[in-house]
Amino acid sequence: MGAKAEAVQTRAQAVSEWIIERAILVAGVLAIVFVAAIFLFLLRDAVPVLRVRSLGELLGGRVWSPTATPPKFGLLPLLLGSLYVTAGALVLAVPFGIGCAVFVAEVATPRTREILKPLVEMLAAVPSVVFGFLGLMLVGPWLARALHLGVPLFAGLGSLMLALMAMPTIVSVSEDAIRAVPRIYRDGSLALGATRWQTISRVIVPAARSGIIAAVLLGLGRAVGETMTVLMVTGNAAVIPQGLRGFLEPVRTMTATIASEMGETARGSAHYHALFFIGLVLFAITFITNTIADWAIRRTARGAR
Amino acid sequence: MTSAQISRAARAEKAAFVLLWIAAGTVILPVLAILVVMAWRGAGGLSWSFVTSTREGLLPAIAGTVALVAVTAAIAAPLGVAAAIYLSEYARSGRLVRFIRLSIVNLAGVPSVVYGLFGLALFVTLMRFGRSLLAGACTLALLVLPLVISASEEALRQVPRGLREASFALGATRWQTVRRVVLPNALPGIITGLILAVGRAAGETAPILFTAAFLSLSHPFPTSVFDPVLALPYQLYVMATEAPQVSEVQKWATALVLVAVVLGLNLAAIILRARLRRRRW
Repeated sequence: MGAKAEAVQTRAQAVSEWIIERAILVAGVLAIVFVAAIFLFLLRDAVPVLRVRSLGELLGGRVWSPTATPPKFGLLPLLLGSLYVTAGALVLAVPFGIGCAVFVAEVATPRTREILKPLVEMLAAVPSVVFGFLGLMLVGPWLARALHLGVPLFAGLGSLMLALMAMPTIVSVSEDAIRAVPRIYRDGSLALGATRWQTISRVIVPAARSGIIAAVLLGLGRAVGETMTVLMVTGNAAVIPQGLRGFLEPVRTMTATIASEMGETARGSAHYHALFFIGLVLFAITFITNTIADWAIRRTARGAR
Repeated sequence: MTSAQISRAARAEKAAFVLLWIAAGTVILPVLAILVVMAWRGAGGLSWSFVTSTREGLLPAIAGTVALVAVTAAIAAPLGVAAAIYLSEYARSGRLVRFIRLSIVNLAGVPSVVYGLFGLALFVTLMRFGRSLLAGACTLALLVLPLVISASEEALRQVPRGLREASFALGATRWQTVRRVVLPNALPGIITGLILAVGRAAGETAPILFTAAFLSLSHPFPTSVFDPVLALPYQLYVMATEAPQVSEVQKWATALVLVAVVLGLNLAAIILRARLRRRRW
């Protein structure tokens, strides 16, 4: 090949390379574009509901009854339903999740760790509809019999199933945070005569605090946004839960409301826009928790350096 | 320290470690319980004819899921890998990269039903795909995109710096280096991530609820990407909640098939990844 031909070929290559590299840059920023697009599309279809109901009526309204005349779009029962189910899930998942993470990172032998970690991953992979199915067919009726409840589907059952789904997230993020604690902290504490448990509880876990908080926030985000499981096991009654008793009664979450009602709603109706408004509220909640979690994780990473 | 203090500390440690053991057991026991219960209750209803029958079996749902995840992977793979190449090979750390990473975290955290709403507004309505395979796959592709990006980026970053430098030293451009040196070496890791993404997409219900899923006896199989499809998780949901005439054993068999597909894919990815970790550069 002569020098001239080579130069031409190089120019063609340079042009295609330039195009490819621009495409890669575009793909790189796509994540930002998609998050913005999701927000804007939710906003676009949520805003029209504000023409028929004020923000206060939506967020403070005590009755959700979209088929009544006039329809009522009070989000309070749904917000509280989500709050109950999520809070219950975190109460169950946080201690076990963090305990498991500490165990895997600090106590388990490498062999045990190699068995435990894939199992935790498998738990994370079980589809939410399967958790819903198990709750509906097996765990719900069984718990209702054991606790003498009037109904087989209730808020606490949702919490229990969601706890199983939030645990893997909490375990893996906390474990990463614990592992990021510099080796010298551990060695220093042990050299001072502390036991392994004293080292874990007073040095390592406090040092990994931000990452563990991030893990809990990510678990919270997962629980708030979980749809199929709560749709199938919480009984779907849009009532305001009362006190601790509320955990044993049916509730309805924001996610379940969207999933069960969107199919039967006329596009463009007030109900349709109200469901998008719920979607916007959900997006806002998860956006805030995830952003704080991301900030906490980056803080941990900086501290470890 | 007195010896009493030391023995108290030792006892506290023993008690704490037992509690940690219990915590770990509580996390993994449910997985084992789920697998056992599924196999025990579902195996009875599982037969070749149930899995492969069109009218009373799972064939339409299985075919629909395969079609959905194939289109999903075809959309998510190029976008996700390209984004990962940008982050790993081109981007210089700065405000833009921080913003991209924050967006990926948030994309991964968007509730699945909110993806469903977005898919309904954008793909079904605005882009006029209708309730279809294509609309559902686009929605699922967005949902798995963060997973594909993270897994691919990790795979790319594990390729040793020396290989890139050797390629540059031979006069290769950045893109030539990426295409001929970095990508081939990262490919197994990228494929592992794609398998995980496919497993995730195969199990999702909420995103396809209003974008793709449709139960139709007259058209069990989609003939184009603009047809609605049936999918395994959707079929399980409908069977469990709205179909009292379906026998309980068939419901369990359906759940078993879904769990087998999803966990099978995950297990494959876990094994593949374990083998990759052992690779020496």
